[in-house]
Formats: sequence, C-alpha cells, structure tokens
Amino acid sequence: MAKEYGEVQLFGVGGSPYARRVRIALEMKGVQYTYFEEDLRNKSDLLLKYNPVHKKVPVLVHNGKPLAESLVILEYIDDTWGNHPILPQQPYDRALAQFWSRFIDDKCLPAITKAAFTANKEERDNSAEESLEALQFLENELKHKFFGGETIGLVDIAAGFIAFWLPAIEEAVGLKLLSCEKFPKLHKWGQEFTNHPVVKENLPPRDKLVGFFKARYASITASK
Amino acid sequence: MAENHEGEVKLLGFVGSPFTYRVQLALKLKGAQYEFLEDNLEHQSQLLLKYNPIHKKVPVLVHNEKPIIESLVILEYVDETWNGNPILPEEPYPRALARFWAKFIDEKCLSAVWKAASTFDEKEREKAVEESQEVLQILENELKDKFFGGEALGLVDIVGTFVAFWLPAIEQLVGLELLTSEKFPKLYNWSHEVLNLPVVKETLPPREPFFAAFKARLESLTPSK
Repeated sequence: MAKEYGEVQLFGVGGSPYARRVRIALEMKGVQYTYFEEDLRNKSDLLLKYNPVHKKVPVLVHNGKPLAESLVILEYIDDTWGNHPILPQQPYDRALAQFWSRFIDDKCLPAITKAAFTANKEERDNSAEESLEALQFLENELKHKFFGGETIGLVDIAAGFIAFWLPAIEEAVGLKLLSCEKFPKLHKWGQEFTNHPVVKENLPPRDKLVGFFKARYASITASK
Repeated sequence: MAENHEGEVKLLGFVGSPFTYRVQLALKLKGAQYEFLEDNLEHQSQLLLKYNPIHKKVPVLVHNEKPIIESLVILEYVDETWNGNPILPEEPYPRALARFWAKFIDEKCLSAVWKAASTFDEKEREKAVEESQEVLQILENELKDKFFGGEALGLVDIVGTFVAFWLPAIEQLVGLELLTSEKFPKLYNWSHEVLNLPVVKETLPPREPFFAAFKARLESLTPSK
C-alpha cells in the first residue's frame, strides 16, 4: 500500500545526536526524506528561514512547513505516520514517555556535557555526580529490553545520546560514567540500542566523533 | 453524556506557582473535579514524598493513584483524558507548533524574566532585560489571533499565563517595565483578554504567596556586603 509522505526535508549535522534521533524515527517508519547537512559555522539561508527562533538543527520541513526541537519533531512524526508507533497508546504511558524523554534532555544531557566540557574541576566533579544520579534514575526505570518495551520508542530514541555519544565522550576526555558495574541494565540497553538495525545505519562514525570531542575538550581546558 | 474517566483526581501544588496554576486552569477548562492538596515550600510534605519521591517537585497530578509530573506533560495528559474544550489542536502540525511555543515560553521566557528581575549587577541586568524583550518580541510576532490557540484558549495561552499574570507581578515587585502596550501591543491586549476570561479570573491565585516566595528567593540571592 503506497503511503502519502509528501515532501519531507531534514536539516541536520552528522554528529548531532538530536538530528540522528529524527533520522531514526523517519527511517523506522519508512518515510522518504531529503537530508541537508549543515555547517554550523556557516548556517544556510534555508536553515535560518526555517528556524529563525533558535537557528539550530534539526529542522524538519514537511510540505514546506518547518518544525524545530527534536522531541517536538519526534512527536509530530508519530502523529503523522501511524506505523511503528514510538509513543504508547494509553495516556498515562504516553505521559511517562514524555516525562522521561524530557528528563533526558533537561537533566541528563546537560549534566553529562558539563561533566566533560567544563574547565573548572570542581564544577566537572559536581556535574559528574549529577550525571550519575540521572543515569541511576534511568537504570531504575528500565524494565524491559528497551524503554519502549520490546521495541524502541521515544525514550530509547532520546536516550541514544547515552548509548553512543556518551561512550565516545568518555573515551575522548577520560571520564567514566556509564560503567556496567554501576548500571548493568543501562549498559546492556546501550548495546541493544546501537545494534538495532535501524539505529546501526544511523550512527555517525565513532572515530570522527571521538576526535571531535577530543578537540572540544582541548579547547576548553586550554583556554584558562 | 460523554465518558470522562473521572476516577479520583488530586493535584499537589503550591498556591501562587505558575506551574501549579496552569494545571488548575486546564482542569477547570475541562470541568474536571479534583482535590487540591497544598504543598509547602518550607518543608517537603508527606504527600510529595509519597507521589513524587524521585524528583520531589510540584505540581503532581495524581489520577487514580497514578502520579504524573512536569506541568507540560500533565497538561497533555489532562487534554487526552478529559473530553471537551481541547487544549491542543487536533491536526499534527498545529499540535507540534503548540508544543514548540509552550516549550519556548518555559525555556526562554521564564529564565530571561527571572534573570532580569534577580540580577544585581547593572550591566548583567541590562543584558537580561534586553533578552527578555527579544523573547517578548518573538511572542508578539507569533500572536496572530485573539489567543495563541485561535478563538479559544489553548496550550500556549495556558502556559503563557506566566506572561499575563506573573510577569506584571514581578515587574511591580522589582520595578521593571517589560510588557508595555507601546512595545508589544498585541501581547499586551492578549494578556488582558486572558485575564478577563471568567475561567481565568475565577481561578487566578492571590498574589501574596507568590510575592512572599519571590521576595524570599531574591533575598537569598542578595550578595552579602
């Protein structure tokens, strides 16, 4: 049965976990789209036109109508294309999924980023502790193979950062947060997630990512 | 008569908090019956520890003993659970836009205003005021109908009650002037339309608890001389 996708465009950056989330969701649902790689130091006119408020990637444009903010985009994709749903049906379960995906973006990711990329050691240590607390919440929350149950859902897609980007950061800056001793379930989940057929095809090259993080770390710790 | 899955509904929150208020407004719009359990800023109540032990934040909506936290998440849950007076649009694209703008208000507006109101350094304060005005300008440009939700209140208006009610309260408290009719005519009019709606007028909290909490927070920030 032919699906009506309309014209779908995605503006992103190869290494961005946020852009990758959107690609994973689109590809899970088999949506055809055109991808535009942005240079964040030289943003295209189209990007600035489609996301004047935040000027960031990812931006999804569907039949000329732009959307920004990865979680907003993911929910839009789920509302628009009903196959392979990434959000649960029941309102309460949906609310939980929305809560955890926002928790990942509002608490987890910022803490992890600060734990790695802050010049001040005390701040780094505080953020590392915050990161461990956040990871513990996720560890406790994981009850099945994936956060979404037997298949990946919104929370898994949002948590992709933890499965792939975090280990790259750890390697680049010599940090250890996601250990399998402390977080056995989350650690295993990370492997299941990155091995998922759709996810596997949608991860950036690891060595490039590590290199990028190494350079970022160097510039932060050099500027004192 | 529509099935409304009423069940037992409790709302744990602070009187005077914009986050608690948005949920009260949404429940009122939907005609949902609920029990309001007032939490206390000073000490974490037993109820909070029971319903939100992990994150210890209000508001918490408890529906048939199942807790939901994060005000924006609660608002969507309320919309899905109670029929009538929809808070979010039906169509995916306008729905996504509503979510985007609600997020924008929470992430950019609230923090900019708080910074402008609580920064003591003159230069930093000027910067924060400018940032607040940029944010308000973006909202001004976005407002195309009577309400952000069109002819009736929607998600963005509900979240935007921060701008309509709390922002002027803050302005008065600290002597700031941000939301003026000269600079932001549409937003200014909108805020009055919102505040004059019976459903809002009847449910707005008294200003005093908010003033007290805000003042206390400001005082705790005052650099000791």
